[in-house]
Amino acid sequence: MFFQKDIETMKRKDIEALQLERLKYTVKYCYDNVPFYRKRLSEAGVLPEKIKTLKDIRYIPYTTKTDIRDNYPYGLFAVPLEKIVRIHASSGTTGKPTVVGYTKNDLNMWSDAVARIAASVGVNSGDIAQISFGYGLFTGALGLHCGLEKLGVAIVPISSGNTDKQLMVMQDFRTSVLIATPSYALYLAEQMKAKGIDPKSLSLRIGMFGSEPSTLKMRDEIEANLGVFATDNYGLSEVCGPGISGDCEFRDGQHIAEDYFLPEIIDGETGEVLEEGQEGEIVFTTLCKEGIPLLRYRTRDLSSLTYEPCKCGRTHVRMQRVHSRSDDMLKIRGVNVFPTQVESVLAEIPDVASHYRMIVTRDGYMDRLEILVELVNASLLERYKELEALHDRIKGRLRSVLGLDVSVKLVEPNSIERCQGKTKHVIDKRENG
Amino acid sequence: MSIYQVSVFVENKKGRLADIAKVLADNNINIRALSIADTTNFGILRLIVDDPQKAEAALKANNFTVSLTHVIAIEIPDVAGGLLQALEVLNSENISIEYMYAFIDSTEGKAAVVMRVEDRKAAADLLDKHGFKTIEG
Repeated sequence: MFFQKDIETMKRKDIEALQLERLKYTVKYCYDNVPFYRKRLSEAGVLPEKIKTLKDIRYIPYTTKTDIRDNYPYGLFAVPLEKIVRIHASSGTTGKPTVVGYTKNDLNMWSDAVARIAASVGVNSGDIAQISFGYGLFTGALGLHCGLEKLGVAIVPISSGNTDKQLMVMQDFRTSVLIATPSYALYLAEQMKAKGIDPKSLSLRIGMFGSEPSTLKMRDEIEANLGVFATDNYGLSEVCGPGISGDCEFRDGQHIAEDYFLPEIIDGETGEVLEEGQEGEIVFTTLCKEGIPLLRYRTRDLSSLTYEPCKCGRTHVRMQRVHSRSDDMLKIRGVNVFPTQVESVLAEIPDVASHYRMIVTRDGYMDRLEILVELVNASLLERYKELEALHDRIKGRLRSVLGLDVSVKLVEPNSIERCQGKTKHVIDKRENG
Repeated sequence: MSIYQVSVFVENKKGRLADIAKVLADNNINIRALSIADTTNFGILRLIVDDPQKAEAALKANNFTVSLTHVIAIEIPDVAGGLLQALEVLNSENISIEYMYAFIDSTEGKAAVVMRVEDRKAAADLLDKHGFKTIEG
């Protein structure tokens, strides 16, 4: 099923012509309206007129998350605030989030992109969609919400948490589409089993999962235990949110909305652009965004592209599922976690060393983060409860800074391995695939 | 009226207690009593040794987190009800014990109890008044 068949099945050369026209426009738009880009482009000697073919995009310097953060909160906005109708944000490393703003046209474009990925996995206006993403600054819930609404789907905006209520609503409201993180979907399946709810007695038929990397094994597990057609979609808030790409019925790579986003794959180390099929960091240039247009934004997500025609009839390029990131950022139960956030918490607590280690594991389908911290203040040994209090204080601070429950383990001083040069703070034991 | 106790932070890790015992043995330090309390994550080993300052220095040199504190140690008769008498004395004055452990002095045939209380001096005076002999460290 298509939402905008004419666009989704455009001929390759027509897509490229449209992209070139929009790229030229976007570069000039950035140059004219965002001082940051004017300076960047001028320094690189790239005046907007220099963009004559799609390949000329390679002259443009990359934009990074740090650039967005350095211009916190509104520095990269290309329109005055009265044109902005929505503001979202994602978690940042130093407590300051990455802020993105949307104009009316941006929301319209975004909801089109989401409506396409929903239609492409078979969602239609007869469906009832339960959105179990947390509503808020996070783009996931409202992104899906607006796109599904555009498709005419009845939305149940239940948000995250309260599993009993989720299950009650799923049964009583006859939910047919579940929107969640894959790990939460599996958790729901487990709870259903524990409560003796037979998935066959439900109306669930499609799951649209995203916001955290997942494996094919998880997808199979969800299908087996929840009785849904499990699909993945991809997005990141800086570029717009969910809807950048999504599975079609064949689930052989996620189609990128190429009329809105121009993807490239680069070597994360050298910045060199890679060929079709090669794996590297995926980079996006937005082609229609007004609020916060991005030129060659480095996502840090690793993927590869294929322009081969897809059996579904869509001509838009497909990206392979993202299974890891090229820098230190961790996604734990859908939450972005940076080692620097942990450092900032530990720096405030004199009883422990600043050296630490983060260990990520997957217990069943739930991600777990354990943080090893070295105890240095011996005077806390006199009473057991002081050590317990220290443990609880660290855990509490981490919970409020990371927005995540972590386990904290106090260890002996100098027991965490030190390396020469760049220290390895993170050990991710989760299985990727 | 009081005695030094050595407290050592111990991770729940195979062989850690043996590592501590080795440091003490290598430095010719004799352990007279010990107690260990643990959770799933970590433990605190408390030791009464013949040379607490030396033990502290040796363990610190081996990267252990160590502290030296005063605790009360009293002699109690090594007979049924021996401990009860001491506890009743403390109880009568509402002195609560945070933790305690015992050992037997092999030469004298007497039992000794090490205890950690909030107000060490008040507890020691009280025990002294009731005729309990405190052990000097």
